[in-house]
Amino acid sequence: MSDKPRMPIESGVPDPAPYMHPLMVSNYGNWAWHDRPRPGVLHHVAKSGDEIWTVKAGTQRQMDIYTIRKLADIADEFADGHVRFTARSNIEFMVSDEARVAPLIDKLTGEGFPVGGTGNSISMISHTQGWLHCDIPGTDASGVVKALMDVLYDDFVREEMPNRVKITTSCCQINCGGQGDIAINIQHTKPPVINHDLVSNMCERPAVIARCPVAAIRPALVNGKPSLEVDERKCVCCGACYPPCPPMQINDPENSKLAIWVGGKHSSTRSSPAFHKLVYAGLPNNAPRWPEVAEVVTRILRAYKENAKAWERMNEWIERIGWPKFFELTGLPFTKHHIDDWRGGRYTLNTSSHVHF
Amino acid sequence: MANKMPDTPLLDQLEDGPWPSFVTGLKRLAQDEDKQYAPMVKSLLGQLEHSYETRKGYWKGGTVGVRGYGAGIIPRFSEVAGKYPESKEFHTLRVMPPAGMHYSTKLLRDMCDIWERNGSGLIAFHGQSGDIMFQAANTEQLQAAFDELNDLGFDLGGAGAGLRTSMSCVGSARCEQSCYDESKAMREVINSMLDDMHRPSLPYKFKAKFSGCANDCVNASHRSDFAVLGTWADDMKVDQERFKDYVATMGRKEIINQVINMCPTRALELNDDDTLGVDNNSCVRCMHCINVLTKALSPGDVKGCTILVGGKRTLKIGDLMGSVVVPFMRLETDEDYEKLADLAQRVLDFFAENALEHERTGEMIERIGLVSFLEGLGLDVDPNMVKHPRTSSYVRTDDWDQEVEKWNKRKQAAAAE
Repeated sequence: MSDKPRMPIESGVPDPAPYMHPLMVSNYGNWAWHDRPRPGVLHHVAKSGDEIWTVKAGTQRQMDIYTIRKLADIADEFADGHVRFTARSNIEFMVSDEARVAPLIDKLTGEGFPVGGTGNSISMISHTQGWLHCDIPGTDASGVVKALMDVLYDDFVREEMPNRVKITTSCCQINCGGQGDIAINIQHTKPPVINHDLVSNMCERPAVIARCPVAAIRPALVNGKPSLEVDERKCVCCGACYPPCPPMQINDPENSKLAIWVGGKHSSTRSSPAFHKLVYAGLPNNAPRWPEVAEVVTRILRAYKENAKAWERMNEWIERIGWPKFFELTGLPFTKHHIDDWRGGRYTLNTSSHVHF
Repeated sequence: MANKMPDTPLLDQLEDGPWPSFVTGLKRLAQDEDKQYAPMVKSLLGQLEHSYETRKGYWKGGTVGVRGYGAGIIPRFSEVAGKYPESKEFHTLRVMPPAGMHYSTKLLRDMCDIWERNGSGLIAFHGQSGDIMFQAANTEQLQAAFDELNDLGFDLGGAGAGLRTSMSCVGSARCEQSCYDESKAMREVINSMLDDMHRPSLPYKFKAKFSGCANDCVNASHRSDFAVLGTWADDMKVDQERFKDYVATMGRKEIINQVINMCPTRALELNDDDTLGVDNNSCVRCMHCINVLTKALSPGDVKGCTILVGGKRTLKIGDLMGSVVVPFMRLETDEDYEKLADLAQRVLDFFAENALEHERTGEMIERIGLVSFLEGLGLDVDPNMVKHPRTSSYVRTDDWDQEVEKWNKRKQAAAAE
């Protein structure tokens, strides 16, 4: 009876070579150039003369094993039994023969997987977990993304935007979805509602106090029990206290709103990376389809598509035309909440006499 | 005793429309009556519908793990288990994919089979940190699921206050713009610090990401504490014949509009003979012209990386971009990659020793100043680290002459190489 428990093999990040398409293994580090024969397809040519075509398709990210097996079947039939995923949950099939591209596209499209997401398209929205699995979500992520990608479908399968458009969603203000040309994020509008009976048992109070970015939380005795209280004049309703202290409920079906941010950019291509900026807030958390969000997002995208020059990302376009023009073209209001008063906010003010008319 | 398929009128609306629906997938699993996961997924659909009705989440964390590891499992317990008992436990395994997220179909099928036996049948490719997320197993299933995945050659990723799962772009595997071997760098760095991933005891999370060029396809600059971005130190390559083909196809006006005028440092000119002039001293390797003229332009031969440290999202002091701490590190030989891993280890150690609780690397640097960080790491200051020199006179400069001496010595040493 000396069954020794199985101990883990701490193997770390696996070597990709055994899983990689053989043409990618044999030409590793020796590619010469690429082009895009049509939306959804990349064509790479190696220094050896080898060629590989990549067909990119959108997925729902949270996939059941039937969907994954179906994708594997397609890869076996059309793409030498290999795939890869992108950082935005698109799946890529590689083929070594151009003649196999069209049948693969037909198959994917026929099975309901949109082919696109390349070049100057709107790629899949990078997103977080939401109600399906997260412990602190203000909204659902998969649902918002599904609803929006239905609306943006045509711009996923085409390459008709001025430059690529990266959209993100986040279910709380921690913003796990990250920066985006457009970011759709929860914005709470009311301070947390505290269940004082539970605080002393569930929360490490000094850690919660330290977590608050505006020092609005202090220890308090409530009904004879040690708890926490929030100075509601200082509170910025960010929800930072909620993860370390679940009895400080920040999510609210009515008062947890959605805000839209624009102009985030991760790359150092042309301009430096940029943070996204608030352009609209107060949208209702209107599950299951969030039509108000889609309305604002499509309005911004239309203005960008019609007015940006070739290769301008969202932030570069706005920088050229100026924010007054952005608000004019989109018809969105400019309010006092658009003026940053957080640390460093002064550096976002216009300190010149340059004014747009 | 089989539970009933819940009514899901709200979720059902997410089955409409052309984009693939996760709801359809969940329902398929729920209706798999002969599978062990069917009751759990039915129950899960019920709870998710309840979330859609009430616009609130109902999962709470806890402490669940697998043998030998202090992280990598995201524990979830339902707060409404009374109504949805079969999904009262709903834990996720974070598993590190092959670098660059390459899969054979056999691997995908093996993973599906494991998750069919030991989990919910729901897998996300991938989470925001780059993990495969095997979503939803009960506490009992976790160890078996992990053991099987581990036998397959896969390991748990990070969670909590530790080293997190990393990402690298497709890079050398398929991209001519790649400036180093991204998956090698990622494996060299991450696999040498696994102890800080599997038994996390850092002040807060620590992320590293690897992009092969300035396009930064894995969003390293902002989404990691330690960002490795490919670049090159010599001249970029121009195939003038192919450039002339582009001029012929696109026309001079569009070449000027889309390429010459978009260069952020005005390093390009269109010559009268339709060749491209490049001022490589002004070029900052931003990739724009190379992205547009993929057949004519490419990175140079002296390849390596720029390292930026301190990127992070909102909590607590606000967003921070990573900033340059190593302007250029050659990545060519095995020793170069070992040097990179050594630097990453030293940055992580410095963070572990000097950050306050729940402080990210960027916040620590904001508090102590970049110079203290550089001195702690033994990294030399460089004008590439700043947008411009200081504008505030509130600084003590008693050691000015010694600092000038250091700079001169470094310049002499570089000239002697």
